[in-house]
Amino acid sequence: MSGTELNGGGQAEAVAKAGPAGGASFLKGVAFDQQMIVLLLFAAIFLAFSLLLPGFFTVGNLLTLMRTVSVLGILGLGMAVVVIGRGIDLSMIASLAVPSAVVLMLASKDYGIATSLLCGVSLAVAIGVLNGFLVAYAEIPSLFTTLAVGIGIAGIGQSGLFEYEIVPWPAQLAAISWIGQGSLLGIPYSVLAFIAAAIIVGIFMRKTRLGAFIYASGDNPNAARIAGIPVRPILMLQYIIAGLVAMFAGLVLSASSSSMDTRIFNLTWIYDVILVVVLGGIGLSGGRGGVINVIIGTLLIGTIVNGMTIMNVSFEMQNLIKGVVLLAALSIDSIVNPRNEETAQQGDI
Amino acid sequence: MSNTLTKLRYRYWPDHVFGELLQKQWMETAVPLLVLLLTIAFFSSRIDNFISVANLSDTLRQASELGFVVLGMSLVLIVGGIDLSVASVFALCNLTALYCINVLGLPTPAVIALTLLLGAVLGAVNGVLIGYMRMRAFLTTMVTLIVYKAIHDLLNFQLAVAISSVVPDVPAWDFLGNGDFLSIPTVVWVFAIVAIASHIFLTRLRPGWYVMAIGGNRRSAYNIGLPVNRVVAMSYMASGVFAATSAIFYASRLASPGADTGKGLEITVLTAAILGGIRLGGGKGSVTKAVLGTLIILIITNGLLRLATPAGAARLILATILLLAATLDIRWFKNRHKAVQELYVSPSYLELPQSPPTGASSPFALNDRLRAVEQIGLGEVESPEDVILDREDNLYCGSRHGEIIRFFAPDYKRMEVYARIGGQPLGMAFDAGGTLFVCVGGMGLYRVNPDRTVEKVTDETNRSLLSVVDDSRLRLADDLDIAPDGRIFFSEATIRYEMHEWPTDSLEGRGNGRIICYDPRSGKTHTVLRHLIFPNGVVLASDKESIIFAESWNCSIKRHWFAGAKEGTTETVIASLPGYPDNINVSSDGNYWLALMGMRSPAFDLAMRKPAFRRRMSKRLPGDEWLAPNINTGCIVKFNEKGEILDALWDLGGLNHPMITSMREHKGYLYIGGISNNRIGRIKLEGADPEFVSSGRYNV
Repeated sequence: MSGTELNGGGQAEAVAKAGPAGGASFLKGVAFDQQMIVLLLFAAIFLAFSLLLPGFFTVGNLLTLMRTVSVLGILGLGMAVVVIGRGIDLSMIASLAVPSAVVLMLASKDYGIATSLLCGVSLAVAIGVLNGFLVAYAEIPSLFTTLAVGIGIAGIGQSGLFEYEIVPWPAQLAAISWIGQGSLLGIPYSVLAFIAAAIIVGIFMRKTRLGAFIYASGDNPNAARIAGIPVRPILMLQYIIAGLVAMFAGLVLSASSSSMDTRIFNLTWIYDVILVVVLGGIGLSGGRGGVINVIIGTLLIGTIVNGMTIMNVSFEMQNLIKGVVLLAALSIDSIVNPRNEETAQQGDI
Repeated sequence: MSNTLTKLRYRYWPDHVFGELLQKQWMETAVPLLVLLLTIAFFSSRIDNFISVANLSDTLRQASELGFVVLGMSLVLIVGGIDLSVASVFALCNLTALYCINVLGLPTPAVIALTLLLGAVLGAVNGVLIGYMRMRAFLTTMVTLIVYKAIHDLLNFQLAVAISSVVPDVPAWDFLGNGDFLSIPTVVWVFAIVAIASHIFLTRLRPGWYVMAIGGNRRSAYNIGLPVNRVVAMSYMASGVFAATSAIFYASRLASPGADTGKGLEITVLTAAILGGIRLGGGKGSVTKAVLGTLIILIITNGLLRLATPAGAARLILATILLLAATLDIRWFKNRHKAVQELYVSPSYLELPQSPPTGASSPFALNDRLRAVEQIGLGEVESPEDVILDREDNLYCGSRHGEIIRFFAPDYKRMEVYARIGGQPLGMAFDAGGTLFVCVGGMGLYRVNPDRTVEKVTDETNRSLLSVVDDSRLRLADDLDIAPDGRIFFSEATIRYEMHEWPTDSLEGRGNGRIICYDPRSGKTHTVLRHLIFPNGVVLASDKESIIFAESWNCSIKRHWFAGAKEGTTETVIASLPGYPDNINVSSDGNYWLALMGMRSPAFDLAMRKPAFRRRMSKRLPGDEWLAPNINTGCIVKFNEKGEILDALWDLGGLNHPMITSMREHKGYLYIGGISNNRIGRIKLEGADPEFVSSGRYNV
């Protein structure tokens, strides 16, 4: 009885896989995968904007473009780690805002750079541990966990922890304010920070054992568990990495804008991050993609946003357009990476 | 002293009820109800006038508005998804309704229809994406939340001034938001009707069952041919309509096109649904839970507001509650069966009288008289719990495979399957017409007519008044006898366990069994005696007005009068046996044969006086390492109605016929059955009536 059922399931899966696989073989000659599509799309949009939008293809604007998306890119790197591990972290904006604001506040009260940073890092790690624990051990779906944790952390930020809702960059942190403000050989440090973070995350994911474990447990958690990978600690590690990356992004952001707005927590930001990751070609079903996808996604989003800003599109309209693009990206994702009902978790929404 | 306390505690504290309560479906709703009462109590103690009539009416108005959205969210959660876009759908519908009534000046019904249509369309977008394109519910609805919100903001920017500058005077419209009917707000009436309709939909109608089935297991639902995609899509559409309904009342009440309309609504609604006990991941939930969750969340948010909690702290509290509820929900769902299992077994205090001696001078004196037993059908039968012979001397027994086996007289070498029943046959009795009545474990009382057709006689009795679980079904009908008027008296050994779980029942030692009577004249079944400790063998006494029955774990024999002068009374015949009594049957000299399926041991007797010890054992050890009564070695005894032991037959080596659960005297021989045996035994009885036939003796 159960044998027939298994067979039936296997066949259904084989049929389900035949569609995309057949499509892939048809297009194999030109390596026409999502990464390529997005790259071509980016090139086309970039070219179109360069030709049609006055003031787009200038060194100044391109540097602005890079600088505006560098924070988004850093966040995308953190999100990528979690998404590759078959999760999602919606609390990243909260862990961008609150720990870095804590660093600014402590530094302004003369606690010293090291102590302040240590406190901020501890808070970021704590958020990651909380997320990871709830996802790995309490087995709450990650979307749900991180949404609630994000709201909670933002709540902490808004409930009198800080004197003002906008925490200014204090003079005591002048020694590290270059990460958001200065430039090296004409390239802003924030862009360099993105590049540095990309290299570190890239090496971690591709060259270390832990990175391989994240890929394995994202690809098939049950198989990873059977193979002896400590899946639950690995899950926690992902959220800790995401928290730390978010805090780094927060420091870059606050250094470049000389303050940290703790009201930053709202959904539109996090969905820019998801947009970067999904557009770049990291499948939400886990185990696929890497740093390069984040970079491509970041460039595409940066170009679109920059172009729309030059065209003077209103904020709401930008949200609308980005939302529709994300919806399209998600539907393509669900067609290219169909969900495997055999390994999908109960309650995986 | 402490012994008395233990006795009293186990006599009056209903341990077994807790495990049974946990199994009830309505327990899941009882938890949010309790949380609701606690929440009300907490805020009433902190805030003066928290509950007043004016306040209550206002709270109900808000609760109904929120309740519509929660109902929609619950429907989507039950089908296995989630709908975050409700907040933006709500905002957009609010704006639309206000624009239609204030600026366009449409009549109220048209406004309602248009707004509901908009809600349906917005929901349908989600439905198509998630139901048909199989996209992830959470991300998809999160994006539609943002897209709809962006549309709302764009429109609001252009329309807000136009809407605010007109104050329409439409009584029907105002009645929706601010009107009362019988001093209860309109919205509450509408919500009550919708909630009741939704309840009927989910629990009584086919589409509602589809929703539950798909949420429970999407793949199975697909495999049995349910229209999974369509049902999922329709749920999202329904969610949109519910949000629109809520928005209509909200628009009518406040008439404000604010930019922040519906902000954070999705979190509130989700928290309400989860707090009410609707499961993330689908398959479980009800309208009652949705309503309870709504009330809880509304009282918490209103209470926090009245306590002047800062917005950030309120969000923190809400998020914490949400996570706690989700954790509890998920952990509980995963471990519920373990908790039930641990709590279900509830040993009680059972003090048995001193075991009578079995020494050489006692009536139970050991001997080897059963060593000479002949074996019938060795290796051909399994588990012949009871044996019986008909007037033609054919021998019948039950088998583990759910059959009645017949061995043909005179030599019992040849056998056949007399009837297939499907469950393990236990006690058997022939009536005068040759119909064989059989107690079948797990099934009830059955009969095999002389033409070999099998019919159910009864499988249920009247439910006891105060039982937590429905105890009307028969779980372990055990032995029976037939009264002269045709009434059948049979024992049900336990109502708490299945047949194979009898060792667990022995561990409880509580009066879980009962004697039941089936009356063929009325076709009715009713319970005669309750709270018996594993009632087993039943036989009609010589006065034909009473039955004699055995209580196995109580090691006693009792007699109950069902007619005559002593009708309704019960007396003890033998208070203490050295073993566990099983079937009882008549002997040719007017006395009774009794099988002892196993002998008592001091250790087990002591354990029966230590309920806490047995409870620890049942929780900490796997089932096959639990203490259990010995049923390897037993004997057959003969007793009379005064309770005197007249004879005892043993087999000390236990080689030829170990394990005895029944015996039947027939024409000078005693036939022996045993539930864990693979044979039937036969022994010649010296001096017995060679013409004695036990079957159908008293029937007219």
